[in-house]
Amino acid sequence: MVFRRGGHDPGAVHAVRDVSFRVAEGAAFGLVGESGSGKTTVLRTIAGLVAPVLGRIAVAGRTRGPHRDRAFARVCQMVFQDPYGSLHPRHTVDRVLIEPLAIHGLAGRGEADRRVERALAEVGLGPSFRFRYPHQLSGGQRQRVSIARALILEPRILLLDEPTSALDVSVQAEILNLLARLRRERGLTYVLVSHNLAIVAHLCERLLVMNAGRAVEELTTEQLRAAAPAEPYTRQLLQASLGYDRQAAAQLTTFD
Amino acid sequence: MTPILTVEDLRVWFPGRVATVEAVRGVSFEVGREKLGIVGESGAGKSMTGRAILRLVPPPGRVTARRLVFEGIDLLGASEAAMRRIRGERIAMVLQDPKFSLNPVMPVGDQVAEAWRVHSGASWRESRRRALEMLEAVRIRNPDRVYQAYPHEVSGGMGQRVMIAMMLAAGPDLLIADEPTSALDVTVQMQVLAIMDDLVTQRGMGLVFISHDLNLVASFCDRVLIMYAGRIVETCRAQDLAAARHPYTQGLLRSLPRVDRPVAELAVLERDPAWRDGAGA
Repeated sequence: MVFRRGGHDPGAVHAVRDVSFRVAEGAAFGLVGESGSGKTTVLRTIAGLVAPVLGRIAVAGRTRGPHRDRAFARVCQMVFQDPYGSLHPRHTVDRVLIEPLAIHGLAGRGEADRRVERALAEVGLGPSFRFRYPHQLSGGQRQRVSIARALILEPRILLLDEPTSALDVSVQAEILNLLARLRRERGLTYVLVSHNLAIVAHLCERLLVMNAGRAVEELTTEQLRAAAPAEPYTRQLLQASLGYDRQAAAQLTTFD
Repeated sequence: MTPILTVEDLRVWFPGRVATVEAVRGVSFEVGREKLGIVGESGAGKSMTGRAILRLVPPPGRVTARRLVFEGIDLLGASEAAMRRIRGERIAMVLQDPKFSLNPVMPVGDQVAEAWRVHSGASWRESRRRALEMLEAVRIRNPDRVYQAYPHEVSGGMGQRVMIAMMLAAGPDLLIADEPTSALDVTVQMQVLAIMDDLVTQRGMGLVFISHDLNLVASFCDRVLIMYAGRIVETCRAQDLAAARHPYTQGLLRSLPRVDRPVAELAVLERDPAWRDGAGA
């Protein structure tokens, strides 16, 4: 996956400027930054939910066109941040999972049944969940349904937008374990957006730190763990995410 | 330590047609001039504990306690008029999301000024001057501009600082902060915490800090209460949280990914039904 974007319209707000990175097949890549850093915009651009002004996105060797197409959706799927908002409140789990299959002409009765059951089993939900509505599910179960929906077309790439930020820590651990297992078993490629350095370090091997729409630094998780980021912005972010420290709080600076 | 607030056997429940939901089931603790953290997952009863202290539990919720005493005042026996004088002025509350706590059709500066005017009885002109001072005290760099801004025009971190400035106006003895920084970026979170930290150390305020973030509470607070299913399962000094004994606390700590301690698989919390009734400590 190759991603590049730039723009030079003087009056415009530049949500993302001149960000480039590559993700190898089977890798997990993290995009980290604070709110307004442009990390989610990058992810939404890859998904085709935002059209880039300039630049090129290529997925599996094919340059991404200006419109969303079905072939792309088969390869690349997205899991959204808020499992309370991303599932239709009046659709059953069954209907949520069958819709992508219907769109792609895969909803022959036996085939659809088989795929729905398999997708539910893979995310750790029994067949009894199939005809429930979202309000009958907990937050963690909803996020499992969102992951099942993303997996049902058997994509190669999952775009994960803060997949656990709406969940309690113990449920977060279950979802992170599930994502790690699915990646291992299916050889999936992940692009994970998070403001939480610990989550990115847990799931990804490499990460890109973003600030104010620009790429600050790309580094490996080992470099992050060794507390050896080259850029002061990354060092500050790392320090702040380790916990409260009155002295450190007094020395925080703004990077624009 | 002389406690500012004493809570004994606090219970909050919501009677229903089918069953009664017990949100808080017999909680006792004291708060002195310190930072007391209350941690737990959603539904543990930590927010309801905070609200019950200010008698802000919405109907049909019911609150009882053997003792609920703030600086010699019996909060459960106080009249509604007495509670209005206590709320904001002596016990303040800061909530999670400034977007829902600020008045959307009033400039934020006027909201701070109003808080000052109500509590001090000063004129509007004087209150405006004080509001600008308070905005500066919470480290807003351009107070004149921010004063005129409406809530939708300020960022989350700015909004939370405005909330704290409103609270500063009254100079309370006790602040109940319910997830005050969980909507904020980590660096902004540090700055907001530093402001509260200084209020405790410099003005001798008591702070009840409600949060789901164990690492944050361990590094920020003096003491921690861990709540599970409406009860306190464990109390310890914040710096000793890593050595907590209750299996629930240990499970929560292990389920957190950490930058400095990589693990292949995160531990998943196995809940023991006996914890509901206080077992396991």
